[in-house]
Amino acid sequence: MADKVLMKGNEALAEAAIMAGCRHYFGYPITPQTEVAAYMSKRMPKVDGVFLQAESEIAAINMVIGVSSTGKRVMTSSSSPGISLKSEGLSYLAGCDLPALVVNVQRGGPGLGGIQPSQSDYFHATRGAGHGDFHMIVLAPNSVQEMVNLTFKGFDLADKYRMTSMLLADGTMGQMMEPVSLDQGVVNTYEKPWALTGTKCERKPNIVNSLLMDPETLERLNFERFERYAQIERDEVMYEEYLMDDAEYCVVAFGVAARVSKNAIDEARNNGIKVGMIRPITLWPFPKAVLNAAADKVKAFISVELSMGQMVEDVELATRCKKPVLLCNRVGGMIPTTKNVLDSINKAVEIGGAE
Amino acid sequence: MTVFEKPQALTEAPLHYCPGCTHGIIHRLVAEAIDELGIRGRTIGVASVGCSVFSYNYFNCDMVQAAHGRAPAVATGVKRSDPNNIVFTYQGDGDLAAIGTAETVHSAGRRENITVIFVNNAIYGMTGGQMAPTTLPGQVTQTSPYGRDVTKVGYPIKVCELLSNVDGAAYLERVAVNNVQNIKKAKKAIKKAFQNQIEGKGFSLIEVVSTCPTNWGMAPDKALNWLEENMLPYYPLGVYKDITAEEEK
Ligand code: SF4
Repeated sequence: MADKVLMKGNEALAEAAIMAGCRHYFGYPITPQTEVAAYMSKRMPKVDGVFLQAESEIAAINMVIGVSSTGKRVMTSSSSPGISLKSEGLSYLAGCDLPALVVNVQRGGPGLGGIQPSQSDYFHATRGAGHGDFHMIVLAPNSVQEMVNLTFKGFDLADKYRMTSMLLADGTMGQMMEPVSLDQGVVNTYEKPWALTGTKCERKPNIVNSLLMDPETLERLNFERFERYAQIERDEVMYEEYLMDDAEYCVVAFGVAARVSKNAIDEARNNGIKVGMIRPITLWPFPKAVLNAAADKVKAFISVELSMGQMVEDVELATRCKKPVLLCNRVGGMIPTTKNVLDSINKAVEIGGAE
Repeated sequence: MTVFEKPQALTEAPLHYCPGCTHGIIHRLVAEAIDELGIRGRTIGVASVGCSVFSYNYFNCDMVQAAHGRAPAVATGVKRSDPNNIVFTYQGDGDLAAIGTAETVHSAGRRENITVIFVNNAIYGMTGGQMAPTTLPGQVTQTSPYGRDVTKVGYPIKVCELLSNVDGAAYLERVAVNNVQNIKKAKKAIKKAFQNQIEGKGFSLIEVVSTCPTNWGMAPDKALNWLEENMLPYYPLGVYKDITAEEEK
């Protein structure tokens, strides 16, 4: 393993993208992810890559579509309001079965909202990133190291399944500095016979397209796409468990919320409360099975979020509402404190699993 | 002896365009230019949204279909992926001059080395004849049933004139396909727009003043007359910018 370097989350993910073979980046300035664009503007020319500041988020995602259709690794990044604008393109990427990495360093909303960390784009990322039936692989880092690891992973999964991977970070992950290792070993490459590389007058034209006027064909392609999604739900779920072996209460949290929760769990354990955590790393596919299994052991769940309660719905669905699910949340750019989480754990203990 | 043949750069698929629609002629001109320049094997086309959406079935080269108005952004990605690609977009007036205005202006501004074929028939064809950004003052459409009232909905956008003020634009010409003479001129302009790209000259846009007999509610020959009498005075033909000519001077 190579030496560790101290890097800011946004810059670490940008460098990781280059190391993963991405040579095309299209961006637009928006806080708190502008460092990604700034970093790429410096680095890309040095590796014969392309950095282009687009005239809009909409143009940027469509430039991504252009590069992706030629079979090359490509990414864009933005923050919440900018991601809303990219929604059209996200739907087209899905409809055209094109791979891409899209980074959302979330900030508080709705509207222009604020510029402080948030997780309130969870629904957008996991449910409704645009019109039509589709999913993105949604990866939620909780350290600068994971910003790096999941960038590599995101490109790999995108190519493997021909779809968008979204790195769903928050302002904290983007701004904080930690020592990271950038070495990720071998980068897989994938055959892309569908890519637009010019026919060289030797093969039939390739067409990248999402328009299908025949409803039977469009239905069939939707079903086929969802078969691929089912495979991803089987094979690609990622999560981390923390002190779950003897846990009677289970915190569910991702990103910065998981870091705060860890401290709260350690404190609660000092007070004799057996609490652990399941931290989803893939938000889609959501770690349903492990949560459902935990529901047979623990008395209650506490979903800790920087939103008005979005992932909490997935926890309830995954556990079939077998046990109560409490919500511990702060929004608008506020981050739950250790005390906020401790209070929620204590509340869970009080009700002792009773509805 | 010259035999009249279908250009290699067109597929065998029958065109779906209405009888008398000038899209067919323009497709042919684009395909002839690609053939004559010998670039079919490295040409990648970008289809837009509108009547020409199915152009991905007609051009015999790699094709990508873009969202409404986004073709120049998609083309930018395709071109930047490999500058050896010859990249063109084929867009209508609603696509290029309304919903895609920003993409059009900024790809011109960047002097993006692409070729844009812009078909201006002053109406939204595919959705059934609504007012377009290029609909003439007074022109009746489905959404301007009393005629385009410029005091309420404003004036048409003249794309070549607009882009001629953009420093990045390399070559802008407005042509028409209403008679043989103009078709020949259109062919020459389209070929030059591709030639410019081969030579790395940058953003070239050919505006083709065209007809929509179906939504204009006219027989094809009447539509051609209407084009001459109404569109050409408002949209004068000619070269609006040509940095290659300036370079030659
Ligand atoms: S609707 Fe108009 S533009 Fe479209 S194919 Fe028919 S005649 Fe041509």
